[in-house]
Amino acid sequence: MITVIDYGAGNLRSVENALRYLETPFQVTSQASDVAQASAILLPGVGHFGQMIRSLDVLGLVPVLRQALNRGLPYLGICLGMHALYERSEEAPSWPGLGLLRGTIRRFEPGLKVPHMGWNQLRIAPGSRLFQNIAAGPFVYFAHSYYLPTEEIPSSNEKNFHAAALADYGVPFVAAVEKSNIYGVQFHPEKSGELGLQMLRNFVEVSRKPSSRMPA
Amino acid sequence: MLAKRVIACLDVKDGRVVKGIQFLQLRDAGDPAELAAAYNREGVDEVVFLDITASSENRGLMVETVVRTARQVFIPLAVGGGIRSITDARSILTSGADKVSVNTAAVEKPELITELSEEFGSQAVVLAIDARRDGLDSNAWRVYTYGGRQSTNINAIEWAIEGEAFGAGEILLTSMDRDGTQNGFDCELTRAISRAVKIPVIASGGAGNAEHFAQVLTEGEADAALAASIFHYGSVRVADLKSHLKARGIPVRL
Repeated sequence: MITVIDYGAGNLRSVENALRYLETPFQVTSQASDVAQASAILLPGVGHFGQMIRSLDVLGLVPVLRQALNRGLPYLGICLGMHALYERSEEAPSWPGLGLLRGTIRRFEPGLKVPHMGWNQLRIAPGSRLFQNIAAGPFVYFAHSYYLPTEEIPSSNEKNFHAAALADYGVPFVAAVEKSNIYGVQFHPEKSGELGLQMLRNFVEVSRKPSSRMPA
Repeated sequence: MLAKRVIACLDVKDGRVVKGIQFLQLRDAGDPAELAAAYNREGVDEVVFLDITASSENRGLMVETVVRTARQVFIPLAVGGGIRSITDARSILTSGADKVSVNTAAVEKPELITELSEEFGSQAVVLAIDARRDGLDSNAWRVYTYGGRQSTNINAIEWAIEGEAFGAGEILLTSMDRDGTQNGFDCELTRAISRAVKIPVIASGGAGNAEHFAQVLTEGEADAALAASIFHYGSVRVADLKSHLKARGIPVRL
């Protein structure tokens, strides 16, 4: 059972549609008590970082999410849901993120067309669980103005960490992260056609058989 | 590298596709959801529904259409036509669309762009501009509203710049001079707008063959190109079009 968090924004319906299409059991909730008992969490997102964190805060979900992820619960954050994992974002500097991963989300440099919108190609790191059964160089759909710079990737010897995929838009940036059972994707798998559905399927698999690796 | 997008537009009236489609084996060639799914299978990068329903009582049909489409099509979906308020936009976006496009309502009240962008994020707000060249040798284009029936005193390039400042995340630019001609996109207009703004520009109007797409995506500096009839009638197939673009060195999703 995937617990999808409804914080009153984002493209919730698209994620629901995709999970329903995959015939995956899921619930949609904004209750802290549901999230505390979840076996896997999906945080979708489009919109504004500050609004998201504020909503999560009002719903009492910030401490619950931190605890759940620290326990090693499978988590997939999409777009803003990936940004939420980090310490802060330039989009709303006064609203700290969950801080489960170290780093700051940045705005794309002036000179580039922003939002970065459309289909871009991934460079997938070997060993990623999220990208199992996905051929090299898939195109996935992005719609965002803020990103995680590759400089924020910890050195490769940090325990359990993978930058699961990179993409290029003016600069190389992190398109997906994996650390233990924590997954974040900058793109929208629910809008990336058949390949995106396969990635969601992979997360569903992971959430059935969580990694035995140490939690984050 | 970010791919250039190929977008299929469907004109929808009272919940039905206006121009039929003959070449794909469909159970119901007039159902927008089924057509969108077929275009998805053909490899189109994005689908636009343009609601040309005249009567307001049938507007709800679009919501129902979006719901059915988003259950089976997992690529971006934009909806335009008749969106005049946050409430209109919300009903479309919570039904499963990713973007709304605004045209006349934005010209009449540009703050609508800001309101929509603050509420849903700029990536969900497309400013549609219908532009016509002011005289044959002029390099100025005038904005038209109400589906091209009403002229304004607004310069299209200035309006694009303003629209970006108001918070639009993308511009859907239709050349009224080329629309329906199949003589190729207006590359000059598209380039002028694309250079004036820092948001993606979708070129529309005039697609007749694959090379027209290549031209507007290179010379026209468009980020995406949209067509309707040539896809409906099968004179250009999406897969062939993409192969052509790739052969021309244009990055596309295959």
